[in-house]
Amino acid sequence: MKSAVILFPGINRENDAIAALEQATGTKPTVVWHGETELPNVDIIMVPGGFSYGDYLRCGAMAAKSPIMRAVADRAKAGVTILGVCNGFQILTEAGLLPGALMRNASLKFICKNTHLKIENTTSRFTNQYGKGDVVDYPVAHHDGNYFADEDTLNRLEGEGRVVLRYCDANGNVDPATNLNGSQRNIAGIINEQGNVLGMMPHPENAIDPLHGGIDGRGLFKSMVEAVS
Amino acid sequence: MKARVHVTLKNGVLDPQGKAVHHALQGLGFDGVNDVRQGKFIELEIDGTDAAKAKAEVTEMCEKLLANTVIEDYTIELA
Repeated sequence: MKSAVILFPGINRENDAIAALEQATGTKPTVVWHGETELPNVDIIMVPGGFSYGDYLRCGAMAAKSPIMRAVADRAKAGVTILGVCNGFQILTEAGLLPGALMRNASLKFICKNTHLKIENTTSRFTNQYGKGDVVDYPVAHHDGNYFADEDTLNRLEGEGRVVLRYCDANGNVDPATNLNGSQRNIAGIINEQGNVLGMMPHPENAIDPLHGGIDGRGLFKSMVEAVS
Repeated sequence: MKARVHVTLKNGVLDPQGKAVHHALQGLGFDGVNDVRQGKFIELEIDGTDAAKAKAEVTEMCEKLLANTVIEDYTIELA
């Protein structure tokens, strides 16, 4: 199974993405530089986290317009599995591959800690290894993770089962008190209409080794591998 | 020709930075401020003298990059 990690200037989580994909697929992913115009033939594409272009203008705005993103958009249309984490989520929304936008955290603070997440959809190609209502523990590290979309878009996302992850507490309670960053409806991760593109703020790639303090993130990578096998 | 672009959050989109600034202004004793919205100002130096053409081009720039129309509005001023 082949995978690729897209690398933009200012990205700093690519090695974590590479490690997680290698662990799950058994093969080291290809790293593709943002200035490239073509992608190798791969089953999984990951857009990692970091601070592409120094977060200038808006987080992910410049990266979304870089040459390689046209190829990523083509693959998205073709149904290839694409995971965007943190800055990767911001880039995918800015590129129009996912609806909504990520705004400054409501607290205005950079949030770096572990958080609980409720798996809301257990049939997606990113979460098929989890059970209904499972609560997982992933780290977050972001300043702009406050998910915003208009009411119609939010209702459509909910109606179509496209809200995949929500911020919650250890018992799975989703309410304003467990809303980490002010996201509408506690949304932490969504998929596109076709179901092949997931954007999420938390970092599953940083929860794949006991040394990370937990391995809850492995399920997400295993889900992708199962889905494309 | 100069184009001046203002990008602001849409009405109805919560602006936590504007709120923080508002709060700080109140702390300084400026009680007459009812609301603060924070935005961006972008100044472009562009070729040509055809205002209509420039406006169309800058509008396209706003739609494609300078603003995120999911959450932001923009206004363009030519000078």
